[in-house]
Amino acid sequence: MSETTSTVDGTSGVRSRKSWREFVSSSGIDTRLLGMVVSLAVIWIAFNTLSGGKFITSRNLWNLSVQSVSIGVMATGMVFIIVTRNIDLSVGSLLGFLGYTMALVQTDGTISVFGLNITFDSLKAHHWYTWIVALAVGLVLGAFVGLVQGSIIAYVGVPAFIVTLGGYLAWRGLIFRTGGKQGQTLAPLDETFRYLGGAPERSLGGWKTWVVVGLVCVGIVSSIVLARKRRTRHGLTVRSLSVDIGFAVGGCLAVILGVWLVAIKYLAPKSGDAVGIAYPVLILLGVTLGMSYLARRRRFGRYIFAYGGNPEAAELGGINTRRTITSTYVVMGMLCAVSAAIQTARLNSATTNLGVQNELDVIAAAVIGGTSFSGGIGTIPGAVLGAVVMQSLRSGMSLLNIDSPTQDIVVGIVLVTAVAVDALIRQRRRSSMIGALAVGVVIAAMVIQTGRP
Amino acid sequence: MTDTTATAAPDRTVPLCEMRDIKVAFGGLHAVDGVTVDMYPGEVVALVGGNGAGKSTLIHTLSGAHPADSGEIRINGELAHISNPRDARQYGIEVIYQKLALADNIDAAGNVFLGRELRTRTGSLDDEAMDAATQGVMQRLNPRFKNLKTAVRSLSGGQRQSVAIARAVHFNAKILIMDEPTAALGPAETAQVRELITHLKSEGIGIFLISHDIHDVFDLADRISVMLQGKLVATVKKSEVTKDEVLAMIIMGKKPGEATEQEYNELHS
Repeated sequence: MSETTSTVDGTSGVRSRKSWREFVSSSGIDTRLLGMVVSLAVIWIAFNTLSGGKFITSRNLWNLSVQSVSIGVMATGMVFIIVTRNIDLSVGSLLGFLGYTMALVQTDGTISVFGLNITFDSLKAHHWYTWIVALAVGLVLGAFVGLVQGSIIAYVGVPAFIVTLGGYLAWRGLIFRTGGKQGQTLAPLDETFRYLGGAPERSLGGWKTWVVVGLVCVGIVSSIVLARKRRTRHGLTVRSLSVDIGFAVGGCLAVILGVWLVAIKYLAPKSGDAVGIAYPVLILLGVTLGMSYLARRRRFGRYIFAYGGNPEAAELGGINTRRTITSTYVVMGMLCAVSAAIQTARLNSATTNLGVQNELDVIAAAVIGGTSFSGGIGTIPGAVLGAVVMQSLRSGMSLLNIDSPTQDIVVGIVLVTAVAVDALIRQRRRSSMIGALAVGVVIAAMVIQTGRP
Repeated sequence: MTDTTATAAPDRTVPLCEMRDIKVAFGGLHAVDGVTVDMYPGEVVALVGGNGAGKSTLIHTLSGAHPADSGEIRINGELAHISNPRDARQYGIEVIYQKLALADNIDAAGNVFLGRELRTRTGSLDDEAMDAATQGVMQRLNPRFKNLKTAVRSLSGGQRQSVAIARAVHFNAKILIMDEPTAALGPAETAQVRELITHLKSEGIGIFLISHDIHDVFDLADRISVMLQGKLVATVKKSEVTKDEVLAMIIMGKKPGEATEQEYNELHS
């Protein structure tokens, strides 16, 4: 009956929009994330049109996936830090320092820790374990640096901006005093280590890629099934079965189709074999899953968000807030080591300007991904998507032969627009939001158009 | 005004909670200066006084938010050592703060269990168990409460209050500290909270009630402790005083009988 009346007085549009909203909220879809996926699709289609079909190709999207990894990995850590109302300006310099230190293990067999150098000839001889030692040195050193910076912030009470500004200067400078090399370029790196960098000839190839896809699909299905079981066991309401089946099938199909189009259809230039997923992309997948698990299902993550939402409430709840904050920097330091390994492996060398300005890209990725500086708000998948959005912009503009200063202008405009739109949505100022979005997009489009050679 | 509470009061031999000669100073300022108060099971003791009288500071020493410089706290007659909120909880002391101390960006269950999360064998958060337990407590406190999965930011004042109270109730509080529990609430929600306090009392929970609202105090409290400038003016039984006498204590620090007729009249001018 209500349906007939609604069509008569012409409100069916409102009705369907409302039921769509109800569906979205009941299914637990993150609308913010959905919005980002849509904007990413718009960006891709726009660049594809402008470049005459050169953007949405297997090769370009495969490169895009690899190029997004380094910033994406660090952006997940930056989410934790910004959610707790802090900042880390040191990640670019730290990445450079850790990358240089890890490279030194491979080129000289030297483990260099703050001026203390120990050389092992066996490491230099590139044994099977050389890459593991190099990575371990980076991870431990990164964690230690994070512990130092985090402790000064949390226990001494020096503002994060200041501590990490100090780190920004110090870690970059320390590169030149690492291993007595005066900052000379270190190359080449260990052959196995280089798999972390993601060149087409050093990727998973066809059948291993399908194994990974299979595992991911098993993971998607079992996580949905397990969540259902847990909720039923505690007598809680569950989503309708058809929605869950829809998510499982849709998720698996999206993964299979995406990987097939990007990684399998991309054939290696020489051999003509399928390239498959790049190792760094696998690392990003692992980091995203691990960090999401920390954020959503561990006490550590709960405390991070509780502190960000209301520091006083967290303190009164008996949470050890200082340890929590220190830990966010330890995690960040280790993620810097992961990104440093990926970047050096990709370049097959370590230079002194490795990771310059990365801190700004990482912060921008986290913020475009919906992380709020007012604290308590941010998601891991959002930050990774933010990194992909930024890389898509840069890669798309490069395809259009737009120079890098112009790229910086566009990324700057997009950054501010994204945050403005986000803020206006939160304030429920719908028309202002559409206005801000329009202004931002128009200005960015004008800059791109006038910047084309 | 009949004295029903006095006859209904349980065992009066050992106080549930005793705070003796508590002193707290911030720099040169004596925020709490040698205050002694006590409370028996099933009793509501109101702490009243103007702004800066030291009520909140006194209660912070009990909740562990800010330990006392000197003095002792006894729970069931035994000396208690409270230096942080965790210690306080060990003694069954739960606090409902004026600003509710909720993390706005987290859902009801997350707030109820904040700092005391249930975990699975692998150490993961057991969200489902916490959701179910929260649903159970809410059934008792506020059956209309449905928004278990939304961030508490988007809840009404009364619902937020329910979440704060659920936190205390779920963990079997013996001593409940309520700091201005009705300050942010509308009339219907205030009535609901009053009902709840009566219910908690009947379960033998002792409540320290901090309030500005003299009507709240007279409706709910069994005894009233008045503070002025960090010192205790007096503790009186509600049944033995009038509102004017309590006001005179709060404003002038004069005990019942000490103030003159003229001074009482000035209270109303």
